[in-house]
Amino acid sequence: MPGFMGRFRRHLLVFLAVLGPGFITAMVDNDSGGIYTYSDAGAHWGYLPLWTLLPITLALIVSQEMCSRMGAITGKGLSDLIREEFGLRITFGIMALLIIANLTNVMAEFAGVATSLDLFGVSKFISVPIVAVLVWFLAVMGSYDRVEKIFLVACSIFVVYIIAGILIKPDWKQAMFSSVQPKLIMDKEYITMLIAMVGTTIAPWMQFYQQSAVVEKGITAKEYPESRIEVIVGCILTSVIAFFIIVACAGAYRGHNQEIGSAKEAALALRPFGKYAFLLFSAGLLNASVFAACILPLSTAYSVCEGLGFESGVNKRWKEAPVFYWLYTLLIVVGALIVMMPKFDMVKNILYSQVLNGMLLPFILIFMILLINKYALMKEWVNPRAYNFVAWATVIIVIGMTVALTGITIRDGK
Amino acid sequence: MTAETYELLFFTELAGLPVFDLKQRRIGRVRDAAIVPLIHPARVDRFLVGGAGSAWLSVRYDQIATISLAGIQLSNERLYPYHSDEYMLRIRRDLLDQQIIDVNGRKVVRVNDVTFEVRKDDRDSLMVLEVDVGVRSIIRRLLQGAVPPRMVRRLQQSVAPNSIRWEFCNIVEADPQRRLRLNISHDKLETLHPADLADIVEELSPEDREAIIGTIDSEVAAEALSEIDPKMQASILEALEPEVAADIVDEMSPDEAADALGELEDETSAEILGEMETEPVSEVKELLEYDEDTAGGMMNTEAIVLPAETTLTAAMERLREHEDLLENTHVLFLSDHAGRVTAQVPLARLFLADGATQLKALATGRLISTRPNETQKRVTELFDKYNLLALPVLEDDGSLAGVITADDVISVLRQK
Repeated sequence: MPGFMGRFRRHLLVFLAVLGPGFITAMVDNDSGGIYTYSDAGAHWGYLPLWTLLPITLALIVSQEMCSRMGAITGKGLSDLIREEFGLRITFGIMALLIIANLTNVMAEFAGVATSLDLFGVSKFISVPIVAVLVWFLAVMGSYDRVEKIFLVACSIFVVYIIAGILIKPDWKQAMFSSVQPKLIMDKEYITMLIAMVGTTIAPWMQFYQQSAVVEKGITAKEYPESRIEVIVGCILTSVIAFFIIVACAGAYRGHNQEIGSAKEAALALRPFGKYAFLLFSAGLLNASVFAACILPLSTAYSVCEGLGFESGVNKRWKEAPVFYWLYTLLIVVGALIVMMPKFDMVKNILYSQVLNGMLLPFILIFMILLINKYALMKEWVNPRAYNFVAWATVIIVIGMTVALTGITIRDGK
Repeated sequence: MTAETYELLFFTELAGLPVFDLKQRRIGRVRDAAIVPLIHPARVDRFLVGGAGSAWLSVRYDQIATISLAGIQLSNERLYPYHSDEYMLRIRRDLLDQQIIDVNGRKVVRVNDVTFEVRKDDRDSLMVLEVDVGVRSIIRRLLQGAVPPRMVRRLQQSVAPNSIRWEFCNIVEADPQRRLRLNISHDKLETLHPADLADIVEELSPEDREAIIGTIDSEVAAEALSEIDPKMQASILEALEPEVAADIVDEMSPDEAADALGELEDETSAEILGEMETEPVSEVKELLEYDEDTAGGMMNTEAIVLPAETTLTAAMERLREHEDLLENTHVLFLSDHAGRVTAQVPLARLFLADGATQLKALATGRLISTRPNETQKRVTELFDKYNLLALPVLEDDGSLAGVITADDVISVLRQK
């Protein structure tokens, strides 16, 4: 029935055309790191971590809105702006941080691939190299744009968490109560979990990716108001999914809370789906991991090369843009190799990578705040006071948590 | 003072150099250096020196005796406090870390450092020689101030230099007043191939894009604009003054103009059409009526139609009148008495026939044609099937509405 298919395709295209940078970033945000971090938070701490989602969502909206606005008003990427306003040395430092953070993220994505296929007995020595090569070629051959929409549509599989979260019959009263009642425990694991929650939801790479995507899409001050709505909706959606992952895991592990150590344990959240639980979890995790693995190394290579003034772009040849291609390739190769080390503790390292992201976030945020308050750059679009308040509060709180964690670690070490 | 002198000096070395007065007292360090392009395009005219106080001093090039890695020796002490000067191109503030266009290499680059030549006449002066990009200058920037300059020079030896001669650097400045004061022109960009210029423009920020397209020759601007992504085209045209935009659109061929205007909001495109010369306007307006995805939206209205009985000599005469169209003309169309297009003649066939031949004798077999409302897909199929270079689009009465050429088809296929 070509008529029907044609109509269906047209509807799909209209729908996808509305989806812009904000939505894509939001979807990639729930990558392997996100899924495991939220699962672990719910399985280990029950409904307790739910209160963090409200402030984290607020901070996420503010940070994502800030870089979208900078992209729309200046027409330049975040690393370009840092370079032009703060010089080469600071840019170099920030780019080094970004490379480190994103290398661990790429590693986390490959670990996501390995664990999702491991559920079906596929060895990581087979799954990881295949996906690594596939991801590398997708971008270099310029065919990523074509598959991006497939990834996006496949992200709708996250709906299973919402269904599972409801079917698992959570204690809604307790969940709602926990969502609004902040609770701080001076415990090493609790603080680590909080930093990981921040780091996985508001990752440093997202700021660079979001701003470049806005610039790339040619969104200017005129179209910005619509784009802003999309950013906000995307951020809320991210947190809604996070909420249900935590609720589903909290429900699944009620009474016998424990850390998540494997994909099998994380998949337990989808228990209401019976024998399909593994399949759904595996498919969702695989899609999210490969999607993010496509975006992360490429976006890192672009940001770094733009900031440091190296030629970049998949439309250039290797010889024309060597730094770009080497960086891109190394991120994938090293990320994949780390995962393929024997006895590599996948889930633990995925969680650590998100903690690292959280710890590095304030450094990026500080420069974003400084930039967006420059009148010469932003004119009447400089940050409103409330935005500055939320952004600075995020910086201070995350640094505070990092300091607290260090303090606790030293205290317990003695 | 026993200082070795180098013929070259980098800005990373100049910044921070101590400045000594006639009595060998250190009065401060170099903070920035400025060219005054209206006076000299490459000579460092002012050195801005920061001392103990908060205000900077301004040292003119002719107040300096020697320049070396050990410091700058003044020959004159009548220094004035620095106050912001609109005619200065300050190297640290305006050049370092900014994007410029490498006209020779046809790309946008970011400035890491600047290389000066130390001219030794009766006094030492600095001439901007090259703008440095690439790893070597990154090393200099990172080590600047932390490692002694001589050691930096040794360390960087192992990395190949990557520099652009100052003559080939085109500074991008969006503010027209400042462009005038700094004597910045975009003339050099006009020598680039329009496709290269388009690539460069796409890499810049919106306001720089508009500045370049709005100031270069409108014919070059039109050609470059035609190569730019349609959505970006629209945002550039929207940002330009309607008269400037109209001048550019005037220079585009009608089908490209229609494509560009079709992307704009009705109000803006009407405004630009209002500013355009009358002759192309009607053609562009006609083309705007067609749906973008049809033959009508692809076609160009510029084509040569001659009566089938025209002799070759007469035809050549007509071609001379239409010289401006020849670049994109591959075939001539022949019409009957009622103005219906009935046949086509490839231009190449004209070379081999003698002057008295009637054009209809040279026509190719059956005329392949299409209608304005035919779909893009069908049009590309026709090009593929019949190996066409040009496809006439005919109205219901058989008269010529326009022509689709192979490059139109390639653009469509590339966009998919």
